[in-house]
Amino acid sequence: MTIFEKMMAIDRRWVFLLLAVVVVGTYAISFQIPIRINSEVRTIYEFVDKLKPGEIVYLGIDYDPSNQAELHPMAYAVMEHCFRKNLRIIFCTLSQYGPGMVDAAIKDITDSLKLDKTYNGIDYKGRELVNGIDYVFLGYKPYYALQILAMGQNFRLPFPIDYYGQPLDSRPMMQGVVNYKQVAVVIDLSGGNITDAWISYGQGRFNFPLALGTTGVMAADYYPYLNSGQVLGLMGGLLGAAQYEKLADNPGPAVDGMRIQVFAHLVIIAFIVLGNIGYFTAKRRRAKEGK
Amino acid sequence: MKRQIPLVLVLIFGLFMVIQYFIPHESSEWIYEYLLDWITIIGVFALVLGIWSLFKVNYDKISQRKPDRGYSLVLLISLFATMFFGFFAKVDGSWGLHFSTADGLQSYMYRHAYEYIIRPIQSTIFSLLAFFIASAAYRAFRARNVLASLLLAAALIVMLRFNPYLGPLGDYISEAANWLLNVPNLAAKRAIVIGIGLGMVATALKVILGIERSYMGKG
Amino acid sequence: MKPLLITVSLLSLMTAASFAQSDPPVEQPMATDSTMVASTPSITPPAPVSSLEAKDSPDDHGHSITLSWEPSADDGAGAATVTSYVIYHSTSPEGPFDSVGSAISGATTFTHSSAKESDAAGFLADYVDRYYRIDAVTADQTIRTPSSVVGPVQSSGQWYNDGRTPVAVAVAFFGLLSLFFLKRAKAGADLYVRPLGGIEAVDEAIGRATEMGKPILYVLGLGTASDISTIASFTILGRVAKRVAEYQTHLIVPCYDPIVMAVAQETVKAAYMDAGRPDDYKEDMVYFLTNSQFGYVGAVNGIMLRQLPATNVYMGKFYAESLLLAETGALAGSIQISGTDEVAQIPFFVVACDYTLIGEELYAASAYLGREPLLLGSLKAQDYAKAAVIICALLGALALNIAAASNATWGLTFKEFFKVTN
Repeated sequence: MTIFEKMMAIDRRWVFLLLAVVVVGTYAISFQIPIRINSEVRTIYEFVDKLKPGEIVYLGIDYDPSNQAELHPMAYAVMEHCFRKNLRIIFCTLSQYGPGMVDAAIKDITDSLKLDKTYNGIDYKGRELVNGIDYVFLGYKPYYALQILAMGQNFRLPFPIDYYGQPLDSRPMMQGVVNYKQVAVVIDLSGGNITDAWISYGQGRFNFPLALGTTGVMAADYYPYLNSGQVLGLMGGLLGAAQYEKLADNPGPAVDGMRIQVFAHLVIIAFIVLGNIGYFTAKRRRAKEGK
Repeated sequence: MKRQIPLVLVLIFGLFMVIQYFIPHESSEWIYEYLLDWITIIGVFALVLGIWSLFKVNYDKISQRKPDRGYSLVLLISLFATMFFGFFAKVDGSWGLHFSTADGLQSYMYRHAYEYIIRPIQSTIFSLLAFFIASAAYRAFRARNVLASLLLAAALIVMLRFNPYLGPLGDYISEAANWLLNVPNLAAKRAIVIGIGLGMVATALKVILGIERSYMGKG
Repeated sequence: MKPLLITVSLLSLMTAASFAQSDPPVEQPMATDSTMVASTPSITPPAPVSSLEAKDSPDDHGHSITLSWEPSADDGAGAATVTSYVIYHSTSPEGPFDSVGSAISGATTFTHSSAKESDAAGFLADYVDRYYRIDAVTADQTIRTPSSVVGPVQSSGQWYNDGRTPVAVAVAFFGLLSLFFLKRAKAGADLYVRPLGGIEAVDEAIGRATEMGKPILYVLGLGTASDISTIASFTILGRVAKRVAEYQTHLIVPCYDPIVMAVAQETVKAAYMDAGRPDDYKEDMVYFLTNSQFGYVGAVNGIMLRQLPATNVYMGKFYAESLLLAETGALAGSIQISGTDEVAQIPFFVVACDYTLIGEELYAASAYLGREPLLLGSLKAQDYAKAAVIICALLGALALNIAAASNATWGLTFKEFFKVTN
């Protein structure tokens, strides 16, 4: 076997190993890389940024821990941005492993909000988030499509009480909040079919502004909805999260993770190039020998 | 007769669901929601069937001493342990039934099984995707002919679009990638989606009219 | 005498009403002026909203009234003092009026609605006269100007959703087209379907599995029994199971959804009956695994690596697990045939599998396999519907371009016709 034929048929374990080395290496060595912003993330950021204090954002944490690496940074960036702007959030999860994650995330963000921070040149005073006034967490219910439809009637149908056992009617911020009509924007973060349900059963039926956060793999799938105007913005994977963090001037795990992603891409490209060099040289040699 | 009753039911409910879409009145919504409740109820019963099937297949494997029965044993132990900690929890020093209560959800074993077993395992399996994409890309992207070369070029452009080390070239690549995603990619996708949409309606129609009966277990 | 009586009773009613008014009381213009002078001399009462209209919300299930208005002259313009609007509601023109919500400055619409259950908070009964008033409110909550009262208006549910007419037209068109071709097919017209590589390969793959003495793995995906792709997959499963029964090979069908499992069991059982080998059907061929996406991946990958099936068939709905399954299958050296209508997953299957049914090919497979004229007829209808979609798309693009070039509005009208609202 010539070296070129070998280049064509590298055992997948070598590919795995090199990728692992690069991922771990770039993870361990901390350095900054610049991030480009694209318009589909900017529209979400600007939409949220222009909302007035007191307006309500529905944040759907509709993913499993398996997608946490990509989607959790998005959730944190959006939450921090909303709460700093004094917006209110309705949290809900339609994924069975979601509740624990949401609960933990709310605790984290409550701690973070206590600190004074400066984002994009604006000073924000630290404050105490209050359950029921700044946010409610509806909890989890199975059969996501049914719940999306039911919430279009009234949040109290699927969730008469919230995750913490309080009746929704007793929550101050839910006074007069019946369904999506009282919500300024629905931001759904999901790693699977729940996204489709939000588009067809949610936005399609109730016509609210919908912004999506998806895994990187899924993102390309939702460009048609972006162009048709059914979705106002789209955050795809870690990159989308990094862009939101960058826009909100709040670099976190996504911005931090981008260097890993960029170098992992370079490794994949290198293997593709290697495979092609091998392929062409082997082909040429065969053609010569054939003559 | 045994075959005809389900077909008639499918016809009635299928037509109802189609018509219901156009009637916003609350009486139509009421029936719709009633039917949705039934889906939930049937789903719960089916879940019991499913768990029974899982149990039986694995129990048989163990009792008949089939190869790889160790895996079945691990599965059954995990199944029952998770179930147990879902129902029972140790609250204020004593064990009791705390199914789906705040105490139950916060219980030490339940939370730790979730935090330290389910979460890491799920994340790990999903992360494998990165490695599989690398090896699949390496095998698939060969410039074998004109079409494959185009695919290869498009893949490289899209992967490099956010690379910050390309200087001014990066802007062109980023623009080219956006064009690729928004024009050819979208065009092809829309075509496939329209075809899928029509196919779905056609299949639904066949189901409603009783021409397609595979869902009844008859191919 | 009579006019006097009426005047007196009206006056007393108005007084009663003004006392009965709940939170915050509507200040008489005079009273407001005096408070204003006394406390905050910088804010003058804003202009009221104008053209206030209240209508039953269209195309809904009732229990909802939509209000629209022109903003106050002091909202963002003029004195720019308006910070919000508070909406008041009553079932009598005289009141008492209750606050039912607020809208931020700049808003021009508000929907007053409730759930349809009569015990719901703030329930709005249908067919009841309702009256509305809107206050333009300034930063100082007490300085506000009420609008005139509008009403009566009643909410009611509609029996037809106008916004969905384009869908109704499309459904009717496609339904009739399908019926026409079904009828033609029944009459014995010769309808041609091009061969589907993936389906042709199934038989060959089953043969190979038999020679190798290895099982066949059939994965129905993550869909539910009501997903069209899962329904299509049942048909293909029936065919595969029948061949497997004939060749006396082993079949493994691990399921993600319990209802799908129940249907798949029936399908496989029926296929074994068809093949004349009902005794060969075993309970452990079709079984439930888990409802967790990556738990399922782990289990199926384990089956692939331990039992080394000769052929893996993936048909149905797939998400992120598509490549995880297909790469592992490739690693195990199985022949792989896939089909899904999840557009994002098609590339992964194409890369890692030997044959892939793309999108609607999956649905067409059942017609192709059955060769029943009725099933073929519906394929033909799809082709014509596709032609209609292409013509509409071309016409739409043309209309919008010509209209844009000549500043005409009819192009937009054409586009609007296809727009589905609500």
